Amino acid sequence: MEVNLFEAILNSPPGFVQAFAQASMPTLGQTGGINLDFSKIAPDVPYILSGVWETLRFTLTSAIFGFALGTVLAIFKISEIKPLKWFADFYTSIFRGTPLILQIVLIYYATPQLTGFAISAFIAGVITFSLNSAAYTSETIRGGIAAVDRGQREASLTLGVKYPLMMWDIILPQAFKNILPSLVNESIALLKDSSLVSVIGVEELMRRSQIIAGQKFIFFEPYIFVGAVYYVMIMGLTWFAERFERRMRLSD
Amino acid sequence: MIRTEFLSKSFGKLNVLKDISTEVKQGEVVAIIGPSGCGKSTFLRCLNLLEMPTRGRVYINDVDITSPKTDVRKVRQNMGMVFQHFNLFPHKTVLDNVIYGPTKVKEIPKGEAEELGLKLLAQVGLSDKAGVYPSRLSGGQKQRVAIARSMAMQPQVMLFDEPTSALDPEMVKEVLDVMKGLASTGITMMIVTHEMGFAREVANRVLFLDSGGIAEDAPPDIFFSTPKSDRACQFLEKVL
Repeated sequence: MEVNLFEAILNSPPGFVQAFAQASMPTLGQTGGINLDFSKIAPDVPYILSGVWETLRFTLTSAIFGFALGTVLAIFKISEIKPLKWFADFYTSIFRGTPLILQIVLIYYATPQLTGFAISAFIAGVITFSLNSAAYTSETIRGGIAAVDRGQREASLTLGVKYPLMMWDIILPQAFKNILPSLVNESIALLKDSSLVSVIGVEELMRRSQIIAGQKFIFFEPYIFVGAVYYVMIMGLTWFAERFERRMRLSD
Repeated sequence: MIRTEFLSKSFGKLNVLKDISTEVKQGEVVAIIGPSGCGKSTFLRCLNLLEMPTRGRVYINDVDITSPKTDVRKVRQNMGMVFQHFNLFPHKTVLDNVIYGPTKVKEIPKGEAEELGLKLLAQVGLSDKAGVYPSRLSGGQKQRVAIARSMAMQPQVMLFDEPTSALDPEMVKEVLDVMKGLASTGITMMIVTHEMGFAREVANRVLFLDSGGIAEDAPPDIFFSTPKSDRACQFLEKVL
């Protein structure tokens, strides 16, 4: 479903302000007061909930690509080939130095202008999030690599192991294990930030709640409901990560 | 076998090695001793280019390995190294540590490498530990695995960088015994060590380093009984 930026902006924040106004100033409207009535959105719950899948699919795809690209950038950053290092540092500064929402709209709206081909909102979102997440994870991974004992590298060198193989077999597995908690945090941030792609019309959780809010002109119920859904997802992810981390530690 | 010419190494303004020229022949067991900070470890690490010499040359089998044209990786495959802190791969089992070099560098079929690996583990007395992870081993056991891992590449030279310094006293002997066994096979060994008894018994040559140079180069019985330099006398007085 194509929705332009203008419409998206028109839809949500003013609506929220309005809802807030109605809630806090009951005398102003006949529907005032916090009369939460979730039965009003009951028929829309399946529609909103099916956004969970879209949000997860979006987050997971972005996390995987972001992680892979972040690994490559991290290797550039520790490279002795200076231009690779410069490129990776510059890349990181760009994606960390500009707002994510700007990157999203730029890639979604500017790509067709540049190439003549439109890309779907989902693809544009995944591209933006992967590129952005790579900038952040590359720093984490670089730190993880630096934290692997120097002796591991020396032992590999004295066996005559080639550099790429040493990275893949010896250094990176240990680095990833060290930074696992940070990677989970990055994924949680990614899951929450995925709500931002609602502005280009990806029908994930946030967008769906906005659509219902706009259609029925009720705001508290759909937004609170979707907030709860996010909360449960993130608590679930955190719980899973803690368990996973504990199991990894047991193998030490 | 190993020859150095005016080998020098500086870290910034600190000159750690000064013009070391010496030669080690095939089958020699050389103990490198000296006060701490004299450059023993740096000297050893220059021989396989873990440290890049600032000046001078290192020849292995008459190949100048400091030349940019030399494939250092090939040279290193022929020179095992055992470290003070073992440096085993913690995420691999003991046997996988031992066969990593043969399978991934020499590309020997896994079955064949495992056979070799188990044989080496038997030699260092750790057959029963093949399937466990290094974290389950004692220091002495870790170091014996590290020796087996280096030997699995079937090198001509073994370099030992203070192999017993990080061990609890009761584990020193088990490692020295393995090294003694190794020395009797005729492999060339260079050992940086503080174990004077071991140097005396097993080495057939002692290099005494002092402030970055070779102060004395003699067979152990001569070095330990009649050291020539004052520095060596002082050193031996303290450690014996």
